[in-house]
Amino acid sequence: MTTATATAAATAADIRRPARLLFAATIVLLCAWVLAPIYLLTVNALSSPDQVNAFPKSFVPGFEMGSITFFLQFGGVLRALFNSILVAGITMVLAIGLGAPAGYALSRFEFRGKGTFRIMVLMTRAFPLPLLALPLAVMFIRTGLDDTAIGLAIVHTTLALPFAVLITFSLFSGIPVELEEAAWTLGCTRLQAFYKVVLPLVLPGIAASAVFAFVISWNEVFAAAVLTIENRTLTAFLLQNLDVSPLHLKFAGGAVLVVPALIFIFAVRKYLFAMWGIANR
Amino acid sequence: MEQRSLPYLLLLPATLFLCVFFIYPFLLVAWQAVSQDGSFTLEHFRTMADHWKFSTAFWNTILLAMAVVPLQLALALLMATLVTRMGAGRDVILYIWTIPLGISDLAAGIIWLAIFEQTGFLNSILSSLGLIDQPTTWLGYQDKATIFIAVVLAELWRATAIVLVILVAGMGLIPKEYYEAAEVFGAGPWKRFVRITLPLLRPSIQTALILRTILAFEVFAVVAALGGTNLPVLMGETYVWQFDLQDRHVAAAYALVILAISIAFTLVFLRTLRVPKEARI
Repeated sequence: MTTATATAAATAADIRRPARLLFAATIVLLCAWVLAPIYLLTVNALSSPDQVNAFPKSFVPGFEMGSITFFLQFGGVLRALFNSILVAGITMVLAIGLGAPAGYALSRFEFRGKGTFRIMVLMTRAFPLPLLALPLAVMFIRTGLDDTAIGLAIVHTTLALPFAVLITFSLFSGIPVELEEAAWTLGCTRLQAFYKVVLPLVLPGIAASAVFAFVISWNEVFAAAVLTIENRTLTAFLLQNLDVSPLHLKFAGGAVLVVPALIFIFAVRKYLFAMWGIANR
Repeated sequence: MEQRSLPYLLLLPATLFLCVFFIYPFLLVAWQAVSQDGSFTLEHFRTMADHWKFSTAFWNTILLAMAVVPLQLALALLMATLVTRMGAGRDVILYIWTIPLGISDLAAGIIWLAIFEQTGFLNSILSSLGLIDQPTTWLGYQDKATIFIAVVLAELWRATAIVLVILVAGMGLIPKEYYEAAEVFGAGPWKRFVRITLPLLRPSIQTALILRTILAFEVFAVVAALGGTNLPVLMGETYVWQFDLQDRHVAAAYALVILAISIAFTLVFLRTLRVPKEARI
């Protein structure tokens, strides 16, 4: 009797084993599909310029900093790096500063016009936003904002703001309103209750959405290339020099672009799903 | 009084910002496209359409989107199904698969350039396998087909993660009971996928398709990195007219074309994948 059940279980396991193997193999294959290209870029970035231009190429990095130092010493790179960080920093502050109050209002109040505002925020997703750079280029020249970090950060904020609103909306919605009400009954004003009770709870989430805003700006190419001339960001700089720069410069630049993005995505992975709030409805 | 006006006060900054830097610029770009020195004209559209690159760029953009988006949807569906069936290690795998989310399109283009360029990794593999004697050019001006394939691969690699996140979030909303019931009645995995997952995932699929198609029409830096000017696309031509040819009006006309196809496809997806209110979970 026991042996019979054991054999039955064993056959079931035998049938399932190929399926499980296929399951695992597919997952490994898909991981390789994502990771291999990044690895290859790393190989190039960590090899000397000669190794990068050699053929056939080694699949193991030479562990030489030649390409990276060449890149960092290349005229204008450090300034572009600084500009990228500056623009992304301003974008981060603007997106959270404007978006978080809106997210709070959407999560806590019922009021007329709420639907309209939500639609306006969602609508920004249905437009090719980098194109905004074209009319804004004219507007900025008139107002003296052309070729400045603030001007570009404004365009990047239109990209990041909808995300900031949606993420903070879902963050605030996750905090029970009763907590706030309890603070009020204990004598807190609305503002006190907010920064003593709500703010500490949502702070990690806010930080995550700030990081996300930073990455959006850091990665943006088109608007950056259109709106900056002297004060190029790193993406704009790389794009401008694509057809004239040697290979090792491109790869080192690509690696420098990728590294912060990897760190940031790791930092915000918990909030990945809140960011696409509309999918959860 | 405070209760009434507070939500509006909180929304005010974001609303003002979007009005000034989102809605107004779009009106401005539309006006730029159809005016010359303050009077209405369709001359810029004529200049745009008469240029030999316009129809190539237009069809390249459409074809790229039509090749990339369905592949992405299929791949993301596969990945999302695997993720939802995973027990331990789910978070790690999901993190790895969403890494490209943080990588800019320019960096993705450079990454795939490392594979496809003449002394790149593809040629290195082929030569070590003895399949080729000399490095082959994959991205030269005569290799439009391989450039196209390289761009499709790079886009597939970079932007499938967005679809994946939206679909995983959507799958989490489907009640487990449906699957249990289907299993009781003897439905196999494929049947459960087609009869339960797909129909109930329709809102998420709709969101993902709209978002991805719009982004696909904005394809720019990947193409610039891999093909230079050998594979003209709409966004690239916009940049050329704005910058190299210094004609803002024609660039604005291009922007309106991209906007028009984005809106047209959004409307198509909204209609064809419409979910009746009663059928929502």
